[in-house]
Amino acid sequence: MLYREAGDFKTTYAADGQTFPIAFDRWRYYGVLAVAFGVVPFLINDYWANAVFVPFLIYAIAAIGLNILTGYCGQVSLGTGGFMAVGAYACYKLMTAFPEVSILVHIVLAGGITAGVGLLFGIPSLRIKGFYLAVATLAAQFFLVWLFNKVPWFYNYSASGQISAPERTFLGVAVTGAATPAWAKYLVCLVFVVALAWVARNLTRGALGRQWMAIRDMDIAAEIIGVNPLRAKLAAFAISSFYVGIAGALLFAVYLGAVEVGEAFGINKAFLVLFMIIIGGLGSIFGSFAGAAFLVLLPVLLKNVLVGGLGWSTSLAAHIELMIVGALIVLFLIVEPHGLAQLWRLAKEKLRLWPFPH
Amino acid sequence: MTGQVQPAAAEAAGGDRRIGPVVMEMKNITLRFGGVTAIRDISFDIREGEIRAIIGPNGAGKSSMLNVISGFYRPQEGEVWFRGQRRPRLKPYQVARQGIARTFQNIALFEGMSVLDNIMTGRLTLMRSTILDQALWWGRAEREEVAHREKVEKIIDFLEIQHVRKTPVGRLPYGLKKRVELARALAAEPRILLLDEPMAGMNVEEKEDMCRFVLDVNDEFGTTIVLIEHDMGVVMDLSDRVVVMDYGRKIADGPPAEVRRDQAVIDAYLGVPHDG
Repeated sequence: MLYREAGDFKTTYAADGQTFPIAFDRWRYYGVLAVAFGVVPFLINDYWANAVFVPFLIYAIAAIGLNILTGYCGQVSLGTGGFMAVGAYACYKLMTAFPEVSILVHIVLAGGITAGVGLLFGIPSLRIKGFYLAVATLAAQFFLVWLFNKVPWFYNYSASGQISAPERTFLGVAVTGAATPAWAKYLVCLVFVVALAWVARNLTRGALGRQWMAIRDMDIAAEIIGVNPLRAKLAAFAISSFYVGIAGALLFAVYLGAVEVGEAFGINKAFLVLFMIIIGGLGSIFGSFAGAAFLVLLPVLLKNVLVGGLGWSTSLAAHIELMIVGALIVLFLIVEPHGLAQLWRLAKEKLRLWPFPH
Repeated sequence: MTGQVQPAAAEAAGGDRRIGPVVMEMKNITLRFGGVTAIRDISFDIREGEIRAIIGPNGAGKSSMLNVISGFYRPQEGEVWFRGQRRPRLKPYQVARQGIARTFQNIALFEGMSVLDNIMTGRLTLMRSTILDQALWWGRAEREEVAHREKVEKIIDFLEIQHVRKTPVGRLPYGLKKRVELARALAAEPRILLLDEPMAGMNVEEKEDMCRFVLDVNDEFGTTIVLIEHDMGVVMDLSDRVVVMDYGRKIADGPPAEVRRDQAVIDAYLGVPHDG
């Protein structure tokens, strides 16, 4: 009996409230972690790291961050690209100003700075909701990109207006810069993903998570049962921005190495992460991973099949990719608004009773 | 959750074991929306441990009165006294933290969450762990979660909703939703529980169940209950004292048997012929 609750009796509330209540799920989770840490780093090469694993892990962090704000707390944000840029530029300024401090510390600090900026842009959410809030965050997106373009201090007065990550090492291994081995990039991102996903899960299942979901589902009732909307919403903005900032810092420092703000952190990026959580599943940590994996893997897959397999031109494949993503988003919004995570949940419910239909 | 009734005070309140001193007093409340006066100069008190009903025809201002008590509306004139002190201007969540919980006329549950999570939100005002505790799920956060879960399970047993514990609220039928909403309000261990038409839209059997729960809550936890209800049979059976409102005015106040015979009340419900 692989996937069964039968015989697995919970005798404490702690056991009943755990993340993976079914033993099979739990072991599979440990299995995935073991493979991710123990097997993949030894097999990974530059192509797999740069095309698949590293972008997947980084976007997973951004998607979890946006999911905390939009999926759990119900505040729509179109400013993800701008907040990622804050993380990237904060990381860059810290790296160049304090070269002796560990890069990992800088990445976390960059997240903290982004949290502060997110808090600031979250203040309007106390007054405005829905579409109007989305427009306010859109303003944040454009303002932040403009700011990093306009003020030379942010890119250290470089002639190209770009920022590029100097080489930094951790325990003697290059983590940023051109000489970084594929496995080091992968492992740095993996450690951040695992730690941040764990924290996100803890936050969303506890008191704060319930406050967020209460505000998402019915804000007036939430206030009347004792949720302070100011604190709960600002906490969501700050924590979400912390995640998004770390994703931005990793994207810049570990993955791309050099970025130009409008290109790397434009409005497209904000939409990309939003699509990830819509397709993956709003209000679900697993959905953030599923959505990130889907939108990172889809172009790779299409490129291999259409260009590599069928010999079509690259630009045609790129257009078809856009069409497929657009159609999928419409499809998901109509057919399954809770995304891949809900499909997965339904599959598990069926599996639990299999082979009986009820 | 033990009874908050002091025996000596209960004796003073004239024989009834449950009923204690005045816990909340509304003094000359007037509430206007622009040119419309929803509540006009109303005063009444609520005693510890009693079931206090507010009745009246549609549009009499009953729900507005409840919203004043729960801090959702701020009256233009008048004072609310709570436990011997004048209540300052508070936000609704601050009122909730003082121990006033409520249910809504149109169910206001969190549809995306399970029954258990919904009821757990009722205990948010009692949770003390910091964001850091929760983020690491270390020590206090987990201990607190388990302790509150135990209390919530007691309420789930009490209201007989064990079988839907983990069901998302959106999937429940109407009668059960009403019960879950009562459970969420009870989870806050309120001193005063405000029920806005708890029996509205229910069949006879569901109404009987709900009446039993209201009486049991009052009896076992000693919770003071303020109730709005249209079903006169229910009001007359359950309540200790009744406030009758009509067009924003208070037209009667007293025990059900007395209010039932009051000429102004009969006129308000049946209508009076106007001369000329």
